[in-house]
Amino acid sequence: MAQVLVVTSGKGGVGKTTSTAALGAALAHEGENVVVIDFDVGLRNLDLMLGAERRVVFDLINVIQGVAKLPQALIRDKRLENLVLLPASQTRDKDALTEDGVARVIAELRKKFDWIICDSPAGIERGATLAMRHADAAIIVTNPEVSSVRDSDRIIGLLDSKTIKAERGERVDKHLLITRYQPARATRGEMLSIDDVLEILSTPLLGIIPESEEVLRASNVGSPVTLSNAQSAPARAYFDAARRLKGMDVPMLVPGESRGLLNMLFGRKAA
Amino acid sequence: MNLFNLIRRGSAPVARERLQILLAHERIARSQPDLLGVLREEILAVISRHVAFEPDKVQIKMDRGKSVSTLEVDIEIPNGFGAALPRAS
Repeated sequence: MAQVLVVTSGKGGVGKTTSTAALGAALAHEGENVVVIDFDVGLRNLDLMLGAERRVVFDLINVIQGVAKLPQALIRDKRLENLVLLPASQTRDKDALTEDGVARVIAELRKKFDWIICDSPAGIERGATLAMRHADAAIIVTNPEVSSVRDSDRIIGLLDSKTIKAERGERVDKHLLITRYQPARATRGEMLSIDDVLEILSTPLLGIIPESEEVLRASNVGSPVTLSNAQSAPARAYFDAARRLKGMDVPMLVPGESRGLLNMLFGRKAA
Repeated sequence: MNLFNLIRRGSAPVARERLQILLAHERIARSQPDLLGVLREEILAVISRHVAFEPDKVQIKMDRGKSVSTLEVDIEIPNGFGAALPRAS
């Protein structure tokens, strides 16, 4: 059975696209058949995160408008053959994204893939609601910061009302992914802690991705962080999150909690 | 919270408290997206069964207080309306 995931947040810049690429690659690395879809029409970036920007010929809007067939728009990753990208259009108007068109594309993808990961645009407008429309489960990407937490709360409300599952009276499974977490600052009381965010949003935790220079390095070279440096702290956190998505029981490590006294005293170096 | 506390404890507790208060309000507002609209329609429906009035001459206001909220309904009714209606027995 295919699982449709939406990676969403409300707020921009919190790490939706980075997380879509990293989780998609991690699941594919584990042998799953994965397609990642960019829903950010006009501002596509998932192609860049995957290093596939020069291979885009057709896109989601072309498929919806019947200009191209779905297989023509799918771009296979060069590193992982079971990871596929469906890019967004960079030039078209976002109104070209229609409810019927998206439904057709998702239905067709459900037959071919284990995981369909929809990278939502920021905001709560059409693009974001269409990205979540068909979701079986949602990954809410949140930074431990007031505006991000507030917007996540708003998005959780939309997931409970605007999705097909919600309209049928079913529940969309919701998973919280906390990104850009800085354990040292949280310990000093300068940043909301994991417990603070979980208590405020009361949503189950999928993973904690520590702030790391590896994430920027990965985007610089066009590779998901889970492939560019699989041993780095953020990559390991994404791999753990991917295994939890598959239903595996992986212990949750809160970054910084196993840290020794010396590290506590002399501060932290990003991984 | 004073400055001394802020320096000693960091600003995260302030963030947490602000979010908790804000989200409590926003969740209520979300769960009753158009309470006033619904009230207005139903109140008008009941009154219009007994009295003729101009729908434009109706004002419904809600004030949310800390412990008590008030609902204010102001309906302008033309004079002599009683004669047109049968007396309740």
